[in-house]
Amino acid sequence: MSLLREPTLYTIKAIIILDNDGNRMIAKYFDDIFPTTKEQRQWEKNLFNKTHRASSEITILDNLTIVYRGNVDLFFYVVGSSSENELILQSVLTTLYDSVNSLLKKNVEKSCLLDNMDSICLILDEICDQGIILENDYQTIASRCALKGDDISLGEQTVAQVRDYKTLSYYYFIAKTEELYEF
Amino acid sequence: MHGFRRDKKEEEDGSGSHSLLHLDKSSVLQEARATFNGTPVVARKCSHVLTKILMVLNQGEAIGKEEATETFFAITKLFQSRDQAVRRLVYVCIKDMASISNDVIIVTSSLTKDMTGKEDEWRAPAIRALCRITDAQMLQSIERLMKQAMVDKTPQVASAALTSSVHVARTNPEVVRRWLNEATEAASSSGEGLVQYHAIGLLYTARKHDKLAVRKLVSKHARIANRSSLACCLLIRIAAKALEEDDSVPNSGEMMDFIEGCLRHKSEMVIYEAARSLVGLNATNPKELAPAVSVLQLFCSSPKPTLRLAAVRTLSAAAAIQPAAVSACNLDLENLMSDGNRSVATLAMSTLLKTGGESSVERLVKQISSFMADIGDELKVEVVRAVRSLCEKFPRKASTLSATLAQMLRDEGGVEYKSALVDALIAVLHDDNDARNAALSHLCEFIEDCEHTSLATRVLHVLGREGPKTARPAAFIRYIYNRVILEAAAVRAAAVTALAQFGAHCPQLLPSILVLLRRCALDQDDEVRDRATLYIAIFQSEDQSLISSFISGEMHYSVTALEKSLKNYLKTSCSEEFDMKTVPIATPLEQGITSGSAPGSAPIEPVVARAKATVKEDPLEKVPQLAKYSPVFKSSGPLALTEALTEYTVSCVKHVTGSHVVLQFTCENTLTDQLLEDVWVQVEGDLEIVEIVNIDELKCGVQQSCYTVVELPDVDNLSSTFTLACTLKFKVRDCDPTTGEVDDGSYDDDYVLEDIEITVADHIQKVLKADWAAAWEELGPQNELEDTFALSAMNTLQEAVKQIHSFLGMQACERSDNVPEGRSAHTLLLAGVFRGGHAVLVRSRLALSNGVTMNLSVRSTDPRVSNLITQSVG
Repeated sequence: MSLLREPTLYTIKAIIILDNDGNRMIAKYFDDIFPTTKEQRQWEKNLFNKTHRASSEITILDNLTIVYRGNVDLFFYVVGSSSENELILQSVLTTLYDSVNSLLKKNVEKSCLLDNMDSICLILDEICDQGIILENDYQTIASRCALKGDDISLGEQTVAQVRDYKTLSYYYFIAKTEELYEF
Repeated sequence: MHGFRRDKKEEEDGSGSHSLLHLDKSSVLQEARATFNGTPVVARKCSHVLTKILMVLNQGEAIGKEEATETFFAITKLFQSRDQAVRRLVYVCIKDMASISNDVIIVTSSLTKDMTGKEDEWRAPAIRALCRITDAQMLQSIERLMKQAMVDKTPQVASAALTSSVHVARTNPEVVRRWLNEATEAASSSGEGLVQYHAIGLLYTARKHDKLAVRKLVSKHARIANRSSLACCLLIRIAAKALEEDDSVPNSGEMMDFIEGCLRHKSEMVIYEAARSLVGLNATNPKELAPAVSVLQLFCSSPKPTLRLAAVRTLSAAAAIQPAAVSACNLDLENLMSDGNRSVATLAMSTLLKTGGESSVERLVKQISSFMADIGDELKVEVVRAVRSLCEKFPRKASTLSATLAQMLRDEGGVEYKSALVDALIAVLHDDNDARNAALSHLCEFIEDCEHTSLATRVLHVLGREGPKTARPAAFIRYIYNRVILEAAAVRAAAVTALAQFGAHCPQLLPSILVLLRRCALDQDDEVRDRATLYIAIFQSEDQSLISSFISGEMHYSVTALEKSLKNYLKTSCSEEFDMKTVPIATPLEQGITSGSAPGSAPIEPVVARAKATVKEDPLEKVPQLAKYSPVFKSSGPLALTEALTEYTVSCVKHVTGSHVVLQFTCENTLTDQLLEDVWVQVEGDLEIVEIVNIDELKCGVQQSCYTVVELPDVDNLSSTFTLACTLKFKVRDCDPTTGEVDDGSYDDDYVLEDIEITVADHIQKVLKADWAAAWEELGPQNELEDTFALSAMNTLQEAVKQIHSFLGMQACERSDNVPEGRSAHTLLLAGVFRGGHAVLVRSRLALSNGVTMNLSVRSTDPRVSNLITQSVG
């Protein structure tokens, strides 16, 4: 094992979230370790089989170091090279988990995750950019990625706002006028 | 989002599965086009559909170029919406589709607008998306914006710009080099977040070849206290890398202090990185290793599995270099053997195997089998390596250990694991004669049921080589012939060759071997039949020299070089016969790399190492003027011709070819205020210069090579040593170190270098003869020369052996370079090939008597070579 790594920002090879049957919820590969989807899926299966029963938080598979964490029906994985500093990978996993936890208001489970998939995509994008750790503070990430489910569309919104504004000023105008008339 | 939730509820009544997991690609893309092109743009609906697109991409379904482009164009319509969610998802979609869609650059102006806009939440992702879609030409237009963004006061924006620059530097390094002033500013700013980390990373990426700049980078940032842990880890790595490459740099002490200081950092991540780098810097002596080992020892009892694994992994690597330093942790490691995490337990055990004493070996080995069932192949390989190094350390335990290895061979495992096992057993064969028979029979048993062709052929080769030397060679024939009946063509062919080996070495078996070979000659595969037919014909000729050169002899040619020579030959008219003597010889190191010469420190990726060895290129092919001298017969190691840290540093590599010596001078200019032009090296002495290739321009801090070619006289006139006086000649142009502006005028200057010697060793390539005595007999006494010398300067036999060995530059055979302790006489057996393809064997009998007396016998295919060697020693 070579302990001296080339100093580089490229740290993470993949971030994966699987459900409790080993199915992919979301997976981002930042390295061509597994060029085809088929290889990726096969590897995820192997990874899942190796990790879903064990209670520990780190494993080595195919010359890769993987740190992971399970919760209810979800498994979070961060993958790095076998010569990567394990604690850095662990810190990325913690950031990922805490961001998701904060976003889902502690309901870290499959159905909640899927309901907020748009925000999850953003979280992954904010944590890691093509393998470089972009941000490691979960609160910053969660606040950036919490998308408020606005039910009003852009068109409706503006029209409604404009109308509200107009109505308000209309009443204001009337009130003013009435005041004026009183004097 | 409400949309998803509704879908989910509908589904839950039926299959209980979420709609996002069962998306149909074409209907999603259809929906996307319909929704995004509609007016007004309904934000909620759009972000819903964008998420669906992301999920389709995430599931890995292939999307055609045309479909993708169409969808991409629909997505670009969404820039008219100012909805937070939509815009953010659009950025992610653009990045994910950048590689599968055409004409992605059409969004450049929209992204540029967002990048410079007021919304901080948009600026950072817009920069990242923009850099993903930009090509080399467009890069110019965003240069100014990138520089601005790097020093932006919002950390998010600065980080985005810096990381994107790192990505861009992969394809356009020269553009990014213009942005480094801003990166330097960002690195020294007190910005929050990871800005510093990213800036240092970018600076290193752009300047890693400039040693001076790297040193400055480390020493500047090592002093700043306010760093994130990640930045700190990166700095440690940069410092360690710089130290590894060259630990004689002036501020190496400072860098070392920095790394050691990080052992007391508050973050575990940094402490671990520092400890690991200290272990990785192999040069460290036990005293320097001790603080690293003691922090790792503390980590061993951490409640966090990650920390324990990290610690034991590093200890295991440290144990390979310095078992003694790690043995202090033996107790902690014993505790870790029962760790819940199997990886931790196995690594602890393999470390103990390295650090433990002879007495604990058997106890540990017994526990191995309980581990092997449920661990991955990588760790199994680790264990096998540990067992293998034990065999070398404690030869008395070799038979117990090889039994364990054989047991492991019977278990399931991948090819890499099995091949590590086979390597270990083969190593036992070489090392230990007692265990040889046992190991051979284990291997025989293994090929009875081996699914990997590559391993079966390797084992057959070893059987062919080692089997005939055993007491009962006939016992192996059955195993080998079974392969001929049962296996694939490649294995059958290897088996035929192995059989022939037995025929050549054991005359009493020859009649039976011939019967078997005749049967093989009826094989359905061409290669098998050809081999059998060839061997039968050779055996029937009863010509001993034919047998020894085609069957029992070994091929020393480098296979890649042979392939190249043959290709070159085919380009000619082929009117002359192909001359084997022009093919370079493979050095024993190259041959031995597959079996891993140093098992303890063997790289974890042996495949890579092997690939590197075979693609080793001919250094002369790269320089067009020198290609005519190719191929190189032998290259020496680099030899420094200047002191370190002088104005100009020059080192020399001697490439000896058939009739010339190409001297490659690697020059570096360390003066920032000079630009050197037309740099070349003049050599004066007994040899004529025939060609010079100079360096046109040598800037400060850059290494480049110039070449001087001298012609060698033929063997008759060759004297044993040539001395060449060297002078570096060049034109100097002064330049301004800060702006890089160069003066117009130039003047000639020279710089005296140390002399180069071309010795006998430069003409001889090492060759490993497995059976030296047979080779000696084969060369015959016709060109033998013998002489006796008194080496009065030597006091011990080992010293004399070392001296002769390095003086002649030949390969010591049959482990004769190790003098057993307490002996007063020793025989050193050397083998090599002289330039031009003449085999040379040297037998040097040494006796200790008031200094060392040496009786030297030389045999060669060319009498002149024998003569030269005897003369040179005297």
